[in-house]
Formats: sequence, structure tokens, C-alpha cells
Amino acid sequence: MYVLWRIVVKEFLQLEQDRRMIPVIFVAPVLQLVIFGFAVNTDVSHVPIVLVDQDRTAASRELVDRFTSSSYFELVGTEASVSAIDGWLVAGRAQAALVIEAGYGAGGADGRASRVQLVVDGSDAGPATVALGYGAAVVAAAGNDRLARSLRAAGGEAGVDPAAPPRAGRTELAPRVWYNPDLLSRWFYVPAVLAMILMIMTMLLSAMAVVREKEIGTMEQIMVTPIRSWQLIAGKLLPFAAIGLVQVFLVTGVAVFGFGVPLRGSFLLLLLLTQLFVLNTLGLGLLVSTVVRTQQQAMMTAAFTMMLPMVYLSGLIFPIENMPPAIQYVTYAIPLRYYADIIRGIFLRGSGLDVLWPQALTLAVMGLAILAVASLRFRKRLD
Amino acid sequence: MKKIAAVAVKELRQIVRDPLSLLMLLGLPAFMLVLYGFALNFDVRHVALAVQDRDHTAASRDLVSAFVNSTYFDLAATPAPGADLERLLERGRARGVLVIPEDYGRRLAAGETAPVQLLLDGADANTATTVLGYAGALVAEANTEELRRTVVRATGRDLPSPIEYRPYVWFNPELSTTQFLVPGLMGVLLMLTAVLATALSVVREKERGTMEQLRVAPLRTAELILGKTLPYLVISLAAAVIILVAARLLFAVEVKGSYLALLAATLLYLVGALGLGILISTLADSQALAFQGGLLVSLLPAVLLSGFIFQIRTMPAALQLVTHAVPARYYLVILRGVILKGTGLGPYWDQMGALALFALATLALASLRLVRHEG
Repeated sequence: MYVLWRIVVKEFLQLEQDRRMIPVIFVAPVLQLVIFGFAVNTDVSHVPIVLVDQDRTAASRELVDRFTSSSYFELVGTEASVSAIDGWLVAGRAQAALVIEAGYGAGGADGRASRVQLVVDGSDAGPATVALGYGAAVVAAAGNDRLARSLRAAGGEAGVDPAAPPRAGRTELAPRVWYNPDLLSRWFYVPAVLAMILMIMTMLLSAMAVVREKEIGTMEQIMVTPIRSWQLIAGKLLPFAAIGLVQVFLVTGVAVFGFGVPLRGSFLLLLLLTQLFVLNTLGLGLLVSTVVRTQQQAMMTAAFTMMLPMVYLSGLIFPIENMPPAIQYVTYAIPLRYYADIIRGIFLRGSGLDVLWPQALTLAVMGLAILAVASLRFRKRLD
Repeated sequence: MKKIAAVAVKELRQIVRDPLSLLMLLGLPAFMLVLYGFALNFDVRHVALAVQDRDHTAASRDLVSAFVNSTYFDLAATPAPGADLERLLERGRARGVLVIPEDYGRRLAAGETAPVQLLLDGADANTATTVLGYAGALVAEANTEELRRTVVRATGRDLPSPIEYRPYVWFNPELSTTQFLVPGLMGVLLMLTAVLATALSVVREKERGTMEQLRVAPLRTAELILGKTLPYLVISLAAAVIILVAARLLFAVEVKGSYLALLAATLLYLVGALGLGILISTLADSQALAFQGGLLVSLLPAVLLSGFIFQIRTMPAALQLVTHAVPARYYLVILRGVILKGTGLGPYWDQMGALALFALATLALASLRLVRHEG
């Protein structure tokens, strides 16, 4: 135990010597979190639209009002002809164009169809999809009002009892959103940053700490000392687990007090399950260090073959349900997937271990397996 | 000129000796493209929906089938009355629960307003927003049908759908994410490889002490910078070509505009990125620090503050100001124009100017710091 302690102390001393590393470890996460918290906002609102109103009737103006009174669209300009919208969309000054064709207001009375076009710049598919959907909803609402009016008018026609005009039943959708009633995308992304920072720090630091000793040549010195390999591994990894733990406090503090993300579950449970996740990332870091020779290789291998795929395929940012089925199976092999479930569960849904135990168990099993493989490889290289 | 070539050749030899890193620099782009191409999909479909139909009338069954047959929703469960609906959402068995109350069919037949409830898991706000839109559209459609049926019953004649809605999507008609990903990904990856590779190569020489040797060699600062960055410029350009080829082969993304415009913008962008890499290398003493710093100033802004995935329009005003210092922001606008919209550089002189300014600024700062180190 004493030997283990000495190695831990040595690692901390080494970390302290590289003084510029300290701000990177503690300031970078907060900076990342702040940028992420503010920049990452996928709430689609105020899509800039340009208007071509060829109809110029009270009805067409009413439709424009329907578009602009929703917070989804914002009128940024008007043009007289359809050909002019090209310039707006190419330069990106508007993201969509609303074209109300002549004859819209007459409502079919003059033989022309009431036609509305919504031209959307599809180069950014996300907002374009949402804009198309909202556009359809706005037009459908206007159409239903028009139908209802003609139905009321029909009430006055012959053969209909004037005392009981026909009325159509109307289904009304009453949505209730749980866990995030205002649908703030920030609540989704900010807890994700916790997982990312934790992974980057623990995996990178552990991968590099071992390789640095190899590069500098001090690994030989350690090998000739009477340290057992499990002591060496544990001693090297424990400091990073501790740093990870500190970062959980740091990031959770900023998330809750800075960004108002609710922490509905137990913080203690979060800390506990985080340790299970860190078991995985430290193991992967150690595994990387047994494959590479230089620090540069260690960083690149860890960042690009481990972290990036894990972030993208874990559902941390991009929902797994939208991926092709074959890829969905791949996601089961990614530890971050389970940790993503855990942080969302604890932060937003207030879940306890009764709901999250399958994820916790998977993380524990995976972590021990990865760590075992990495240690075996590590020991073989020592011999 | 000869001296520059000598430094460049030396650098190239060093790069070739580390095939793993070279493979990463060149293979990473295609790998990332595949990863993004699969992971990033805004087409929310087959949302797991639980339905609690307490009404059991023809009207309620119509509404349920409208939801389930829309391809937006998959029927995941039919909880009995009194079931714990929250548990269903919490365990992730369903994203939403549609609850149709007992008197739904009666109210509808009586011409009244019949409320139905949609419980949604809002933890993933994006998916929830989209799902809310789908549900709203489906209910609006059902109401249109009900209105038309009533009109037919009352007057004996059918009305056509009163307003024709014609959506058109320009530049990317299938709304495929890979189309808009390719320009963004080029911006991110070129910045990443150029900044990291140069920063690390300079810092490595510092760490090993070979930088001193280069300093005492009869080389001017400009020659040293040019010689060290030229090989990485070539590698980064090769990475750009690999992205374009992979995008074409895997996702059928074609460059609609001119390749010359693409090359001009890319070169300008890369010069700025390489300058940034050298600037970082003058500030960092260890490779670990250079790497972390490099990631922080290259990857993070290029992904988050460039409009790549997250729109600049929706950011707070202060952060929008910061984005003006992110070169990827300008590069992305040009690339989306040239690749997707098929325009030349004509509409984008502002952006080209901003890129040139950025390149000048980083190179000037980097040389200043290098000169001061020497003195």
C-alpha cells in the first residue's frame, strides 16, 4: 500500500512540474462548458424569410401575419418577383422564401387555386426540416379556418336547419413535456459536456503519462525497482481518477448554478457511477499506451480512434434512434452510451439506481474487462 | 529558396518516419466523414410511441392509426388505464405517450372540441421539438378531414383542400445531412490537422533540443516557417482531396461550383491555420500542452462557433461577436456556396477578405514571437 502511495505522489509531483498543464486541466473544462452552453442551441426560431406576395389581399396579409406572429419565422425582406429570391438564398441573407401566388385571397372563386410556396435553403438540413414542418402547420391552420368559415356559410343555405348549424368536432392536442418543459436544448447538451470532458481528460492523461516515461527513458528505472505491475498501474491511474472526480464537481457546479440545468437525482449516485465510467476511460487510455511509442501517437490514437467515434456513436449528442440499424448495434459496444443514459437520467429525469442499474452493471463489467486486457498487455511489455 | 526546400525535405523525412501519424492525418478525414454521415441525421422517424386508448371507438382508432401509419411513430406499447406512464418514459421504453380520454369519440361526434394528451420525454429537446411538430401536423390533418366530412354531410358537396402548400427545397432537395456536412467537415478537419501537425512538429523539436540546431543554422525566420509548414500544407491539401473523393464515392456529394474557387479558398484558409499552429508552438513547451491548446483553439471553435452544426443566429450576441474571429465561419460560407449552390467566389469577397486578414494576423504574430525568442 505504501509503494502504491509513493507512485501516486510521484505522479502528482510530475503533474505539478508541468505547470502549464494545470490551467489546461481545470480551466479548459469550464471554458468548454461555457462555450458549449451558450453556442450549442438547436432551438429553431426566427428563421429569416423573404416574402413575395403576388396576391396582395387581406387574406394574403393575414397568412403573412400567421407566419410572423409565430416565433419560428422572422420577415427580413419583401420582393416583387419570384426570381429575386435567388439572391437572398444564395448569399444566406434569408433561409426561406414565402411565395403567395396571385389568386390566393379569392379562395378558388375565380377558378385559380389558392397556392402557397415555401422555398427553403436545404444546405443546412436541420433547420430546413423544422421550417418546412412549421410552414406546413401554419398553412394547414389557415386552411382549416377557411373550411370552418365555409361550413358556417353553408349553415345559411337551403335545406339546413338554421337553429342547429353543422359543426365539426375538433381534436385538440394538449402536449405535456416532462423533464424539460421549455424544451431547452441546453439542458440536453450541458450534461453531455461533463461526459466529454471527463473522457478526454482521463483517457488522454493516462495514455500520455505512461508513454512519456517510455519516451524520456524513465520507464526502465521504474522497472528495475521492486514495484509490482499492479501497483504501478494503480499508482499511475489513481491520480487521474482523482482529477476526474474534481472535474465532476467543477462541471456540475457550473451546469447547475451557471446554466440552471436541474440536478434532480442524487449527486452521490452521479459520483459513484462516474467512477465506473472512469474505469473504462482509464483502461482505454492504458490500452492506447501499450500500442504506441510516442506521445504524439498516443494523443492522436486516443483522440481520433477512441474519443471521436465514442462521442458521435454514443447518443451523447446525436440520437441513436436516427442511425441506421447496423450502426445502432455498434453503439452497444461503447461505454459512453451507458454513461450518457446515466447522466441524463440523474440530471433531468431524477432516476435512481432502480432504473439505471442495467447501465451501471454494463459499465462495471466493461470497465473491468478493458482494464484487465490493458494490464495484461502492459505487463507483457514490461517483461 | 534552396534553404526552404532543405527544411521542407527534412520535415518530410521526419513525417515519413512516423507512418502512424501520417496515416492518421490522411485517413482521419474519410473516417470522420463516415462517422458523421451515419451519426448525424435530422430525419427523426420511428419514434417509439405508447398509446393509451381509453375510448375504444372508431374515431379514437382512426387517430391512433393516423399516428402509427405516418412512419414518424412506431407503436411501442399499449399501457392499460392506471399504468405508470412516467416509468415508461423514464426507462426509455417510449419517447411519448398518446392518451385518448374516454369521451373522445362522443365529443367529436357532437361537434365539440375533444382534447387528447401527448406526454413527451423532453430530455432530448431536439427530438421532442420535432415530434411535437409531427403530432401537431397529424392532428391538423385529422381536423381537416373531419371538417370536410361535415361539409359533405351538411351540403352534399365536397370542397377541395382550400390551400395548396408547395414546399420547395433548394440546393439540397433530399435534405440529406451529408450534403451540408461535407463543407463543414472540411473546415473542421483541415483546421485540426493543419494546426495540430505544425504545432506538434515544432514543439517536438523544442522538446528534443533540435530546435537550437535549427536556430543556429543560417536560416531566416521566414525561411524556417515556410520550410516547416510547406509539407503540412501539402498533406492538408491531400486530406481535402480525400474528403471530396470519399464524399463523392460514399455519399454522392458533388462539387457544383468550380474547383479553382475551391482551391483558392482552401489555400487561404490553410495558410491561416498553419500560422495558428506555429503561434501555438511558440507558446507551448510540451507536446501535451500543444495538443490540448491546439484542440482548444482549432477543433472547438471550428465545430461549435462556425455554424457547422449549430447556427450562429441563435447564439447570444456576445458569442456572435466572438464567432467573427473564427476563420472556419467564413470558410464554411464559401464552401457551402461553391459545393452546394454552384456559385463562384463572386458573392463571397467579404469572406475571402476575412480569411486573408486572419492568415496575415496569425503569421505576423507567430513571426514576431519567433524573432523575440531568437533575440
